[in-house]
Amino acid sequence: MEIHSHIDEQLETDLLVIGAGIAGISTALETAETGFKVILLEKEPFVGGRVSQLNQYFPKLCPPSCGLEINVRRLKDNTNIELITLCEVTNIEGSPGSFTVTVNQKARFVNNRCTTCGDCVPVCPVERDNSFNFNINKTKAIYINHENAYPQKYAIDPNVCLGETCSECVKVCKYAAIDLQQSSRQIQIKTKSIVWATGWNPYDANKLEYLGYGKYPEVISNMMFERYSAPNGPTKGKIIVPGTNKEVDKIAFVQCAGSRDELHLEYCSSICCLASMKQAQYVREQYPNAEIHIFYIDLRAQGLLEDFYTKTKLDDKIYFHRGKVAKVFKNGTDGQLVVEAENTLEGKLHQMKFDMVVLATGMQPNVPEIGVQVNPVFDENGFLIPDNELGYIGCGVCTGPKEVATVVQESTGAALKAIHQIKGGK
Amino acid sequence: MAIDTKLGVYICSGCSIGDSINCQSLAETVQKETGVPVCKVNGWLCGDKALSEINEDIKNENLNRIVIGACSSRYLTDVFKFNRDVLFDRVSLRENVAWTHKPNDEATFELAIDYLKMGIAKMQNSMVPEPMILDINNTILVVGGGVAGMNAALSSAKAGYSVILTEKEESLGGFYKQLYKLAPTKSPYFDLQVNPCDKLIAEVYSNQNIQVLTSCKIEKTSGQPGLFNVTASSNGELIEFQVGSIIQATGWKPYDANKLSYLGYGKYKNVITNVEVEKLAKDGKLSRPSDGGPIKSVLFIQCAGSRDENHLPYCSSICCTASLKQYYYFKEKYPDIPVYIIYKDIRTPGNYEKFYKITQSQDNLFLTKGDVVGVTENGNGSLIIDVDNTLLGEKIQIEADVVVLATGMVPSTFVEESETEVVSESTADGKKAAAGAELGAKILNLTYRQGTDLPTLRYGFPDSHYICFPYETRRTGIYAVGTVRSPMDSVSAKNDAYGASLKAIQVIENVRKGTAVHPRSGDTTYPDFFLQRCTQCKRCTEECPFGTLDEDDKGTPKPNPNRCRRCGICMGACPERIISFKNYSVHIISSMIKSIEMPDTESEKPRILAFLCENDAYPSLDIAARNKIQYSPNIRIIPLRCLGSMNIIWIADALSMGFDGIILIGCKYGEDYQCHFIRGSELANRRMENVQEKLKQLVLEPERVEIHTLSIDEFVKIPEIFNNFAETIDRVGPNPYKDM
Repeated sequence: MEIHSHIDEQLETDLLVIGAGIAGISTALETAETGFKVILLEKEPFVGGRVSQLNQYFPKLCPPSCGLEINVRRLKDNTNIELITLCEVTNIEGSPGSFTVTVNQKARFVNNRCTTCGDCVPVCPVERDNSFNFNINKTKAIYINHENAYPQKYAIDPNVCLGETCSECVKVCKYAAIDLQQSSRQIQIKTKSIVWATGWNPYDANKLEYLGYGKYPEVISNMMFERYSAPNGPTKGKIIVPGTNKEVDKIAFVQCAGSRDELHLEYCSSICCLASMKQAQYVREQYPNAEIHIFYIDLRAQGLLEDFYTKTKLDDKIYFHRGKVAKVFKNGTDGQLVVEAENTLEGKLHQMKFDMVVLATGMQPNVPEIGVQVNPVFDENGFLIPDNELGYIGCGVCTGPKEVATVVQESTGAALKAIHQIKGGK
Repeated sequence: MAIDTKLGVYICSGCSIGDSINCQSLAETVQKETGVPVCKVNGWLCGDKALSEINEDIKNENLNRIVIGACSSRYLTDVFKFNRDVLFDRVSLRENVAWTHKPNDEATFELAIDYLKMGIAKMQNSMVPEPMILDINNTILVVGGGVAGMNAALSSAKAGYSVILTEKEESLGGFYKQLYKLAPTKSPYFDLQVNPCDKLIAEVYSNQNIQVLTSCKIEKTSGQPGLFNVTASSNGELIEFQVGSIIQATGWKPYDANKLSYLGYGKYKNVITNVEVEKLAKDGKLSRPSDGGPIKSVLFIQCAGSRDENHLPYCSSICCTASLKQYYYFKEKYPDIPVYIIYKDIRTPGNYEKFYKITQSQDNLFLTKGDVVGVTENGNGSLIIDVDNTLLGEKIQIEADVVVLATGMVPSTFVEESETEVVSESTADGKKAAAGAELGAKILNLTYRQGTDLPTLRYGFPDSHYICFPYETRRTGIYAVGTVRSPMDSVSAKNDAYGASLKAIQVIENVRKGTAVHPRSGDTTYPDFFLQRCTQCKRCTEECPFGTLDEDDKGTPKPNPNRCRRCGICMGACPERIISFKNYSVHIISSMIKSIEMPDTESEKPRILAFLCENDAYPSLDIAARNKIQYSPNIRIIPLRCLGSMNIIWIADALSMGFDGIILIGCKYGEDYQCHFIRGSELANRRMENVQEKLKQLVLEPERVEIHTLSIDEFVKIPEIFNNFAETIDRVGPNPYKDM
């Protein structure tokens, strides 16, 4: 990362929102639609964060892109909001009512003239792992996360781009939209309030080798499963057994994979039980004859979400097993995966064969480096503890694991907390 | 109404549009056929040069309407923008024509002509919207003085708004006040927290912006956001006041434990509820209820009447954590007694898991999974609890001195009678309720035709149906918060209060400017009613999902623009076509339809008209186009604000013009509806009956009109839907009205 000692641009606003996932977008919109100026920062080239990687939401089984469509329209229409992508906060000074924030904006190498005509893609000679799809497939160095990504502008991955020596994309672009000389910029933002909406990362499944992750391609995480199921994913929504590319016959969902576990995440991520039941529906839809087995410790479906569990229990192709999974392995002869779980009803270990295993991994807060530097209050697991007095307002999963409706509810509240600061209260 | 329009049409040939369509010839044809004064082609319309040329033309030629024929209206919104008094339309030549149809084909060219003509017709008939601005009141009314209500009042007051906080009891606090202690929310998740309720009450009373009315009932609420008129009785006195928006924080009531006689409640004195435990602990009277003696053992029954189809089918979310907390109440007074908790699943989400883990390892606490099948008393007065389906697979019996039923939460809005029951009675102002109005708990006593209260979701909770929009309300300007909305603990209720306050403030700030709130936030249009031609059929007043319209004694609609969400469902419902927006009306869409060239039967070019919801189906066209998905060029697509705004006259017009088929695509409806305007898609489906009647009148085949639902991510289905319909139409044959 290139650090400039000088400031390229100075901006002033009422509220600075860090992170443009569903939490940050919601806070930004709610504040702006109440009449205040907002700058919305995103570290990726596109907004939407984790929800844009999901196929459907539980319990309605509706696509997140539906709500994002409305929210992006609100973003585009609202002159109170300025969105800045590819940004990372490098310094925060001041206190509620008067913060000075320094931001490093990385180069996109594609300017606002991009029409997403797509001419640049076929001529690009290099590929990169598609991180949006958890590296399941590849994109060219010049890429867009998915057809509906916002902003609708391509971005170039500087880690693989051959740069000016290549310039194939520059040559083919009719609209002078590609600038390979672009460099990072320092932006200084004066703001009255800050809302942290830095989101989460899936718990690193590489730490779950005992559950077969990393060893067997047929063992994937629940977030990867979302990408396999999504129409804009690497398989265009067709669920297949990774590695063998076969159709799914028998699939296991391992709940609390690295959660409620002192060796991994000690807390409960609140959403994984429902997420697995939702993903079971994806399988049901595509493979009406497939068997689905869910291994769990406690089935947690809070509030009215219980209805979704009640409905799922009635399904004769979905089996629930109470018991923690001890390990996932292959027995060698038939190459099939074996899930070994303690069957608490019989008090002994129990083995079952599967084509594919989905690990219901939990959510880990995304603590930006700056977080440590300015020392907002984080708990022992990295969740931000909001402190209105000190001006640390947070929302979304960076303050604790939760499902989307609660995230948006909290984000709406964060907008009011910000307004209190903007108006000089606490 | 004739509008003095001067139009400029700008066609982009970039992004391979020019490779597919002869743009020069397109411009010439369109200009010749429509007579627009300016019609130009540019190879890079979004480029600075082209944009400044358009702006020059606006100035020099006095253009007041612009049609941009380039990429979809969803792209480059920051590039294509003009002065407020210049209306413009984006015609999607790239996505809807060039990228999805055969290049350099006659049919593709004709499609481009029609789309441009439709855009021109739309612009010729649209007017610049002027917001309707009414004098408004800034005060926020908070109904309910528990943890959610008090926090809502304080957070609104801190933002500078006056608040009236009403509470039905003599004092503030609600159930929150009755709690002895709270479960820990901070590391090390061990020590119970002191209940800060009294401090909160003091804070409310000391805030200058908050007026508290206790022993208060809302008798009547009429008006609209910014201008709600409220009549309340407080301590026997009638008071009238005006507020800008309303927060309903009326909380919950415990599930009636008398319905749990199989668990011994009401039968045995030593069977008590978790709510009773709070009170006993708070009063320092935690002893055996039967004789006041010391307690020797306690057993908690989780999900008592919850997650049970015979009682509350849902989970109240808080009871697991509450019982773990109450274990410490007993431990505090009786350190050595055994405490049992019988549960189905222990549900301690998030960091409450850590509280569970620590509590689990406490001495004398025994947690067992199982189903309690009955509670009986034995001879010596202690209770026998029969537990089935335990982890060991066997039935067990446990003897305990006291049994605590972890009963769940019922929203204060719950009414025993079937919620969908048609209310035959009158509304709060003595007028007749609309058909299908919900029976409410009469908390707000709204004078709305659609019922006296916020409409509820399942089990009586007036919650939002939208995952992405948890504060979506079907009564604009009125927001439910806390346990009335959904079961939650006091920490979540406090958090929720901030969100609801924001929405209550936001609606005031929007109606102040005459703009709509979500999902058409910022929209300055509103429906105009040409009442001279109204026949008092009441369709608009009954079908509006937001209860926007009142009625006078004759049944004429009385619009409340600040309640309106601008979906246009009333416009779709009106058989007299008297409801219009400045830039969206029956007339504008009709003129678009009529601008489409209708080839005669001999030319063998069928024409299909498609109405698509602009929120989901229409954007999915763009995604289809990015995938270069091809579909029939015989289809002409018109986006609608909501499929519910589809007026049957358009179908009649199109059929008599010679359209061979009409296809409607809206959002999913039914239980898990995705329609952003609640019922628009469902209402459009209901109107299909009338459409079929119309077809019969015209002696046309029923297959000529189809209706579908489509989610935004189902773009791959678009060609399937379109092409299948095109095949159906080929089979049915040409519309005989074509050549008339």
